[in-house]
Amino acid sequence: MTPHLQLNLLVDLRVLLSFPFMVSAAEAGTVVAVLAGVLGWWVVLRRQSFLAHTLATVSFPGAAFAVLLGVAAAWGALVATVIAALVLASLPVALVGKGPGTSGAAIGTVQALALALGLAATTWYHGYAESATALLFGSFLGITSTEVVLLALIAAGAVLAITLIARPLLLTSVDPVVAAARAVPVRALSTIFVVLLGVAVAEVSQITGALLVFALLVMPAASAQALTASPARGLLLSVVLGIGIMWTSLFAGFYAPGIPIGFWVTSIGFALYLSTQLFAARRSLAAR
Amino acid sequence: MTHSTVDHVAVAALSAEDLVVEVGGRRILDGVNLTIPAGAFTAVLGPNGVGKSTLIRASLGLQRCSSGRLSVLGRAPREARSEVGYLPQRHGFDATTRLRGVDLVRLGLDGDRFGAPLPFATRFSAAARARVDQVEAAIAEVGASAYATRPIGELSGGEQQRLLIAQALVRRPRLLLLDEPLDSLDLPNQVAVAELLAKLSQSQEVAVVLVAHDVNPLLAHLDRVVYLAHGAAMAGPPAEVITSESLTRLYGTPVEVLRAAGGRLVVVGQPDAPGAHGGHQH
Repeated sequence: MTPHLQLNLLVDLRVLLSFPFMVSAAEAGTVVAVLAGVLGWWVVLRRQSFLAHTLATVSFPGAAFAVLLGVAAAWGALVATVIAALVLASLPVALVGKGPGTSGAAIGTVQALALALGLAATTWYHGYAESATALLFGSFLGITSTEVVLLALIAAGAVLAITLIARPLLLTSVDPVVAAARAVPVRALSTIFVVLLGVAVAEVSQITGALLVFALLVMPAASAQALTASPARGLLLSVVLGIGIMWTSLFAGFYAPGIPIGFWVTSIGFALYLSTQLFAARRSLAAR
Repeated sequence: MTHSTVDHVAVAALSAEDLVVEVGGRRILDGVNLTIPAGAFTAVLGPNGVGKSTLIRASLGLQRCSSGRLSVLGRAPREARSEVGYLPQRHGFDATTRLRGVDLVRLGLDGDRFGAPLPFATRFSAAARARVDQVEAAIAEVGASAYATRPIGELSGGEQQRLLIAQALVRRPRLLLLDEPLDSLDLPNQVAVAELLAKLSQSQEVAVVLVAHDVNPLLAHLDRVVYLAHGAAMAGPPAEVITSESLTRLYGTPVEVLRAAGGRLVVVGQPDAPGAHGGHQH
């Protein structure tokens, strides 16, 4: 495959979409961008970025052991992140806690263990180097259309679930004490959220790799929140920015083979994050 | 500005009989008797650690009563929840909280309901428009309309407090419980928020019960005060309760109430509860 850039967007896109594996990659990429955009908005609001990154890291040993056992990597990642989500959510609030000043020691410990286990599994597996790189830094090759359907179903379920709990989860995230006084099940909602987050990062890691889930999960959401404080607009913008990053990355990845897609997602996301932060800082200075 | 017209036939906003509340095996409230009439503006006073916050938490049904009786608007605390507004003790939202004041107030209206509001619901649903109007009305009542759509983290402490009061008020409660609402504010804002609460108490016919460290910003507006000490309580009009004689009797140790220039009250000699240190709340 040696696609050449014609510098004509329509022609280039037509060439790209003439490859079935690229169509599947674009579909899968869009699905995970939507899922990451929605969940990421909540992660940024709840300040659980570190927790999200740790869950993403756990997808690495999950996928690696699945490959070792001859099961699809996606299932291994999903099972591992959901188990890790349940474990982390069951820790005392102080350990998982949100906001500055709370200890991330327990979360960091899980993250280190996950990396070590993933390393062990990929070492035992003979194709060490390639499989580790793909699992850690992502790949958009080899996604089948059946897998896309499965991804879409799981993502739809997760987005539906978070929509159903949106209002009480928002109250819980902003003001847990008032939520408890209003008989909102704070603990249960927080657990449900962390499990949904586990599902989401397992999905996203299929494209971006375990270590770069953060890019698609947090960068569009943080950029969106820098631009608007309205929940509805913020969620929508987060999804739109995520899709934009994904499509641009797939395009770049297709015409510049050899560079993992995780690199494109992360650097485009970073550029977006930086520019929105600068914009927000300028605006708040001007408002004073 | 006292409400001498408070209807004594109406159900009391809050009443306790021989109330005992234990937290972690320690008796915090021990035989508290008090009545707060409907619509009254009341301050709960006392040194650190005597159970002011515990009384509030028990009234919300967040803290079990070991014995005695506590009724809120004539019902068990948990059953009265939908008619009680609550403002917890807090230290402000930090600058990175990306949510608008109007979203915060909206959570007071339906934050405990599952689901999410449909996009553009106000275009085709009268009920959705009514909810938006209700939120706007609550924001207008606390005088926060000018900054309600700005991110909450960028607002001053006084502005945040007004929006949080609107949040507690938006469901038209009959009882408003506020835990140290003046605590983190500077003096002009303390006076302004005290005035606002007194005004709301009258115009909304809502009983306001607030925990306070310092009675002075509130003194001009209060109908009643509740003084807590050693688990017991004394309640009544401020002029009867905040005197050297009654506080000495309550604490069992000499307490002096001095009247400083401008009518400010200074309470000298009230002991802190055993084991209570600054900032420790029950």
